[in-house]
Amino acid sequence: MPNPVVIALGRIVQKAAELRGGGSALPGLVVEKLDPHFAANVLGQLPRGVVLVSGTNGKTTTVKIVAELLTAAGLNVFTNNTGSNFMRGVISSLLRKVSLGGRLDADIAVLELDEAHAVNFVESVAPRYTLLLNVMRDQLDRFGEIDYTAELLSVVARKTVDVVVLNREDSRLAAIPERERLLATVQWFGLAGGLRAEFPEDDALYDEEPREEPGDETDAAEGAAEAFADTVLLTGFSDATATLELDRSVYEARLALKGIYNAFNATAALALVHAIVPETPAALLVDALAGIHSAFGRGESLEVDGQPLELVLVKNPGGFRLALRSYDPTDSATMLAINDDYADGRDMSWLFDVGFSSLGGTGVAVVSGTRAWDMALRLSYDEVGVGVVQRDLNAALELLVAAGAGRPKRIYCTYTAMLALRKLLAARTEVERIR
Amino acid sequence: MSTHRLTILNLYPRHMNIYGDAGNLLVVQRRLEWRGIEARIVGFNPGDEVALLAGADIILGGGGQDSGQALVQPDLLRIAPALGARVEEGVPTLAVCGSFQLFGNYFKTFEGEIIEGIGLFNLHTVGGTERLIGNIVTQSTEFGELIGYENHSGKTWLGEGLAPLARVVSGAGNNGSDGTEGARYHNALGTYLHGPFLPKNPRVADFLIATAFKQRYGEDAELPPLRAPGALGGRNVGSGDSGGLGSGGNGVGSGGTEDREAEQDGVERYTEQARRVARSRPR
Repeated sequence: MPNPVVIALGRIVQKAAELRGGGSALPGLVVEKLDPHFAANVLGQLPRGVVLVSGTNGKTTTVKIVAELLTAAGLNVFTNNTGSNFMRGVISSLLRKVSLGGRLDADIAVLELDEAHAVNFVESVAPRYTLLLNVMRDQLDRFGEIDYTAELLSVVARKTVDVVVLNREDSRLAAIPERERLLATVQWFGLAGGLRAEFPEDDALYDEEPREEPGDETDAAEGAAEAFADTVLLTGFSDATATLELDRSVYEARLALKGIYNAFNATAALALVHAIVPETPAALLVDALAGIHSAFGRGESLEVDGQPLELVLVKNPGGFRLALRSYDPTDSATMLAINDDYADGRDMSWLFDVGFSSLGGTGVAVVSGTRAWDMALRLSYDEVGVGVVQRDLNAALELLVAAGAGRPKRIYCTYTAMLALRKLLAARTEVERIR
Repeated sequence: MSTHRLTILNLYPRHMNIYGDAGNLLVVQRRLEWRGIEARIVGFNPGDEVALLAGADIILGGGGQDSGQALVQPDLLRIAPALGARVEEGVPTLAVCGSFQLFGNYFKTFEGEIIEGIGLFNLHTVGGTERLIGNIVTQSTEFGELIGYENHSGKTWLGEGLAPLARVVSGAGNNGSDGTEGARYHNALGTYLHGPFLPKNPRVADFLIATAFKQRYGEDAELPPLRAPGALGGRNVGSGDSGGLGSGGNGVGSGGTEDREAEQDGVERYTEQARRVARSRPR
């Protein structure tokens, strides 16, 4: 059991950090130093264990969906919903919820961890369930290579006890069961019905011919469905309705979440939750999807001057490409906000792994962020018109409001730009407070 | 329509593309098109006909992951005689990061394994554990200040008679100790500045284009002038309201005046400003 003194001290540090307006890292650091087994001891008591979600894109939204589906299934869920996806963030979230006696009032924990922190985490806590979403180019200045990132996730899969849920469409993740001797059974989520073309892998960017669709179910014989009994598929998507295939049944799911990539995140979440609570009817879970909204800064919609303003977080080329495919630029005024702090990635190369021609028809009203000029330069080589370049986010926001008067607005932004924009927007409108 | 056409041979696009290398290809392509020159792009993949090299006016090679480099290395050795002959003829060539290393004599991995290169550049590279990562500024006698981003664990040492492309002003460069960056042999350039190297350093792109143009159409042929679309590219942004936009802002290092000028001259202005910002960013 964790020491009450450690918990009390951690809480004091947490309060002090909050008063100073600081983040969640410091209290986590202090507790980690005082008691390296704190997280393992607290999480170890949970009757249904720990669920870990990792991968490059979609972690925060997927964890939110998983947590809400498990709640719909009747479980008491703990989750690190601060978006700080590292060990110290988990400890900070635990500090808020744990009793002084070290008890956590929950049945199960659903945790989001980035690839590097997930590896550290599984060294001390073996997850019962792991969901691996994708491996894409992201912060190569931190991780070096995507092959290396994939290896980190292999380790996480190896340490998982009960079920590993993998993305069938991601070649690096799909290879894990062949490469690793897994303790856990493998479940899959995937795409069918021509949707694969909507999710190009980084590797496929330079292919001259589109990928074939091996094992496409549309022309598969009746008996072949058996082969996919362990796979949850997204087979169709239009507007706010996703068609899902689960246990050989087809479901139409209404989604409050926007964009095809969130429909795929929902598919992943459904595959995971179905593995955790197989006794819960799938129809109940599918219905619950309709009530789940985006996580903060992940396609969340605010209101500015009586018009919706959408914040879309873009962290890496794969995510940026999917985001651009998910929204129709003609319905709103567009702003791009690109920062290059550590959390955004310092290297601007990634902007050249994204094609921006889809914005060519409307142009981009405002380009902002520390690397606004890099973004404008990138757009100019795709011959996309730029209204104005304004590095300062506050001034840029004013310009967007003016340029998009009477129309909806959409801002694609990197991580630190999103945090800054949320603060600025909070002064204008009601923005959900996050701790 | 256009009377001129140049062929860009892109070496191993599928395997050597890790840091936005497509940006270098795109810049050459657009800057050809903006001069009214048709750009023909040929992707060269492992196993392709060596004869494809004969038609290349410009050769580009990008960076790869270890796995990508291991995959293309045998094929690069296969085409080395033909590729070497083209470089000796003076075909403008740009080899970035992984390609730069493979264009050398050999790469000695951290574990001591020797990976043979094609010996186009008299240099060798030694793998290390420390990655040299960050913004980098260099000075080249021919191209002036070159600005970019580097990310490599190999340290490259130039052999006798091989000139560097530039001298390091800030950053690591070839090896972090002798102040050299990249290499230059005939019209072949090697560099660790990756991804948007050409976007931020269009003088190098224009050198590749001008050199290729003269080789294809003769010393006396006149390179058509560059006519890049303006910032608005003839398109209307913000419902005809954009004239009023430029004057609104007054933020970090970019006031309204700057922005209005940007509207008149997109690419060149953006390039200058992006260079200015990159120069000022921490490593």
